[in-house]
Amino acid sequence: MNPYLAGVGIGLVLLASFVLVGRGLGASGAFSSVVASTIAGTAPEHVAGNPAYTGYLRDGSVHPLKDWLVFEIIGVTLGGLFSALLAGRLRLSIDRGTQISDRTRLFLAFGGGAIMGIGAKLARGCTSGQALTGGAMLSVGSWLFVVAAFAAGYLASPLFRRSWK
Amino acid sequence: MNAPWLGIGILSVDQSLALALVIGLGFGWFLERGGLGNARKLAGQFYLTDMTVLKVMFSAIITTMLGLFWLSRLGFIDLTLVYLPPTFLLPQLLGGLVFGFGFVMGGLCPGTSCVAAASGRIDGMMLLVGMLFGIFVFNEIYPLISGFYGSTPLGQITLAEQFNLPHGLVVFAIVAMGLMAFLVAEHLESRHGS
Repeated sequence: MNPYLAGVGIGLVLLASFVLVGRGLGASGAFSSVVASTIAGTAPEHVAGNPAYTGYLRDGSVHPLKDWLVFEIIGVTLGGLFSALLAGRLRLSIDRGTQISDRTRLFLAFGGGAIMGIGAKLARGCTSGQALTGGAMLSVGSWLFVVAAFAAGYLASPLFRRSWK
Repeated sequence: MNAPWLGIGILSVDQSLALALVIGLGFGWFLERGGLGNARKLAGQFYLTDMTVLKVMFSAIITTMLGLFWLSRLGFIDLTLVYLPPTFLLPQLLGGLVFGFGFVMGGLCPGTSCVAAASGRIDGMMLLVGMLFGIFVFNEIYPLISGFYGSTPLGQITLAEQFNLPHGLVVFAIVAMGLMAFLVAEHLESRHGS
């Protein structure tokens, strides 16, 4: 699909979300709920007193996974699955440059994911919750996040040039 | 005012969760259709060989921003009932820098990694595992950095309010910036012949 058309599609989905629910899209927040719920389930005494966890557990009357972003990200995954399935693009694969091994690529994916997890927590959101959602709402912090993220991406790009060639 | 439905009581919380699934479905669909499940395509943005990320993101932001602007101007939606993420200058600056480094290293962002994983890409699945680990690490060190995390708060503030400019002017400036970015993107892609 033409990328501008895909962008307008995402924009209309996000607009519908604002109109219907008064909030936008997100991704990293859903994974924060997963982490908080998992750690609280295995070591409840460990999370007590740490707001990074308890903030996602709320008052305990509702399961932490019964959350708007968790449902939304399940939708995102299903949407990606249906789209790939209908287009005949569903198959096990690893996207990488030609000069690195699968192992290196998976190591970089894990490391990149971990670093992004920390960055998204610090920034209170990622490309979905800050860049798209906060960006469309003209939030000052969201635009600061976008500019900083792309500046760092371009500055760091020579380090990873070989892995994408 | 006729919207947002949840804020003005037309929609229950449980109904909003069902809607979240549908809204997510649309988001994931368009991400996959736009080619954003592919890490190499996303990474191309940082080497100026593939500008899909910029095109998709900026056209999405412009669409939603214009929609919100006009719906609010026509009195259809009450923007005070729409969630505006609060600003914390330094944490969001550092968070953005850290995030950008991880982005070019991993080649996918949290949302697109879900699409990548759903379409069978093992690197997408691995990135998700890494992200869960990163969030866990952050949570564990949070008591040590909570002071910084809450520092330099500006509250829920828009660019228009911050710089004391009319809302419409900021919207116009971002649309103009986007259109110029699209022209540059097309030029760069034709130069690289991708």
